[in-house]
Amino acid sequence: MARSSLTTPEPDTATAAGRLPAANLPEVYRRLGAAEIRDALRKMRLIRRFEESAEEAYVRGLIHGTMHLSIGQEASAVGVCSALSPTDYMTSTHRGHGHCLGKGADVGRMFAEFFGREDGYCRGRGGSMHIADPSTGNLGANGIVGGGLPIAVGAALAAKRLGNGRIVVCFFGDGANNEGAFHESLNMASVWKLPVVFVCENNKYGMSTSVARSTSVKNIADRAVAYSMPGVTVDGNRFADVADATHAAVERARRGEGPSLIECLTYRIRGHSKSDRNRYRTKEEIESWQKRDPIQLFEAELLEFGLMDTPEMVAIQTSVEEEITAAIEFAKASPAPSPADLTRYVYTTERGSHGHHGA
Amino acid sequence: MTQMTYMEALRDGMRVAMRSDPNVFLAGEDVGAFGGCFGQTKGLYEEFGPKRVVDTPISETAIMGLATGAAAVGLRPIVEIMFVDFMGVCMDELFNNAAKMHYMFGGKITVPLVVRAPCGAGFSAAAQHSQSLDAWFAHIPGIKVVAPATPADAKGLMLAAIRDNNPVIYLEHKGLFGLSGEVPDGDWEVPLGKAEIKRPGRDVTIITWSAMVGKALEAAERLAADGIEAEVLDLRTITPLDVDAILDSVGRTSRAVIVHEEVRTAGFGGEVAAVIADRGFNLLDAPIKRVTAPDTPVPFSPVLEAMFIPQAADITRAVKELF
Ligand SMILES: Cc1ncc(C[n+]2csc(CCOP(=O)(O)OP(=O)(O)O)c2C)c(N)n1
Ligand SMILES: [Mg+2]
Repeated sequence: MARSSLTTPEPDTATAAGRLPAANLPEVYRRLGAAEIRDALRKMRLIRRFEESAEEAYVRGLIHGTMHLSIGQEASAVGVCSALSPTDYMTSTHRGHGHCLGKGADVGRMFAEFFGREDGYCRGRGGSMHIADPSTGNLGANGIVGGGLPIAVGAALAAKRLGNGRIVVCFFGDGANNEGAFHESLNMASVWKLPVVFVCENNKYGMSTSVARSTSVKNIADRAVAYSMPGVTVDGNRFADVADATHAAVERARRGEGPSLIECLTYRIRGHSKSDRNRYRTKEEIESWQKRDPIQLFEAELLEFGLMDTPEMVAIQTSVEEEITAAIEFAKASPAPSPADLTRYVYTTERGSHGHHGA
Repeated sequence: MTQMTYMEALRDGMRVAMRSDPNVFLAGEDVGAFGGCFGQTKGLYEEFGPKRVVDTPISETAIMGLATGAAAVGLRPIVEIMFVDFMGVCMDELFNNAAKMHYMFGGKITVPLVVRAPCGAGFSAAAQHSQSLDAWFAHIPGIKVVAPATPADAKGLMLAAIRDNNPVIYLEHKGLFGLSGEVPDGDWEVPLGKAEIKRPGRDVTIITWSAMVGKALEAAERLAADGIEAEVLDLRTITPLDVDAILDSVGRTSRAVIVHEEVRTAGFGGEVAAVIADRGFNLLDAPIKRVTAPDTPVPFSPVLEAMFIPQAADITRAVKELF
């Protein structure tokens, strides 16, 4: 896997993708069929509209607690997931809505979880920060920074032992790469050549603390060297770059050659959570990244390469709107959990091996 | 006296300690210019600068370990673990190192550190951002645990914790941050290990701490309307436990109800009940009751979370069962 030439993502160097000559057609467009490309764009739109609608629902009091929005990071979620098969596993983070939808979650059940309802993915017990959906390989979002990394290693160990050909994708943030769990997990996965792809979504900040102030290496992908695995830094706002890097890492994992580390350089447009007033960054910085909107970049590229036309893009938007509207209605109609069930699900009463992911 | 919130008061405690002793410093995630996840450290960075108000990477193990090491060689660190739930990441540094060094090394090393950790449910923050783990820490010899319920105690216990030469866990309840009250000015400590009667009464002792003190006072008001005078005893410090204050109060009322937000099984209420049963059995006219959260992770759904947290009505019900 070649290291990308992109090391510092200066927003103003963003070329409208379309100016690339056709000879530079990213690998991904040769690999994916029209339906898959269409699905990727649709998922990016769906994630964006899902989170914008969740914000509105929050203001209207339908959602309690807080939320961590990934607006601006859709290309990394969908680019990674586009290289996975439905049975592959994924671990996610507190900023995980895009990961869940990228892996195939249903927006109605997502909203229902956000609203704390019984039809939510976790029956209203988990909320926006804890979506799990084993039916799509989603092993759960984690509220503990770095918490997903060792779990991904465990799932990869199981996949290898069972020989089922599945791989595991592990999302985490730039902040998480300073937790001990990151280092222990990469080392173990490498020593045992486990089929896991570590994806660091480097959005420049962990809460208010910039990568520059918290991290000893310039590129988080450089840390791969210490664990003898390939490390690559890609433009996380470009679907094609993320998808190509992930594809290579997934192939390596499936061949039994072990883990990889991918660093997606991206940016969260919204605050860390609902209470963040963005004092630690400038309006100019946020605006410069808004100009590199991953959905717009993707659409521009698809138009340029003649892979999709505008009416089709508009049709995607329309169908996404309809899906969101129906999903909110579904979630609103879902019942709240019964108070009688307060202590249900603390323990399981079933016995024997479960194999609930079809393993 | 100045009227201030619980959050302002705990910050005032830190500020007074930092002004009076240059060895005191604060470290943690986003405690600097950002002012802390909930705003607890606002203004401290501006006053004391980056050497004494230190933003760390997201590395709880190293945060707890740096506090231990710095304390061992003479500084007096206050470290913040953003939510008490994240103590799991760094528990080893706390319980195998900070807590044991003084004993294990024959009294030759002291570890004067304070760990501030916001705790508590009530914000739809779900299972990993809402816990009360008081008994976890109380179970470790070598560390002290404080859990203030009022602005005055938030300040006084902070100062005492910083000046104590042992590791002290300072549990600040998120639900109390906005609570307002009178706070003594200047350098003022609340001694560690001293409970306080927050409301006198002759019929029953409600023993509690942290956010449940407010619920207990609310319950006591309702009980008074029914002719039951409840005494509310706020432990303030969980370890070392003020056994004398507990036995003294129960000796006068002959009834004890223990209230905490922690889950029931192996919660600190069990220890309090055991102490009363052990040393005050003959004082009792009725069984000891506990009002606690149920044995479950904290649910996200507001409907369930409201049931999870003990309420004043649960306390009045428990008290009435004793008569
Ligand atoms: C162990 C732990 N420490 C601290 C936190 C509080 N916290 C939640 S998200 C966050 C920032 C995480 O930064 P990063 O990994 O870059 O992810 P991002 O929020 O940028 O997506 C922090 C400090 C936590 N949830 N868990
Ligand atoms: Mg980040």
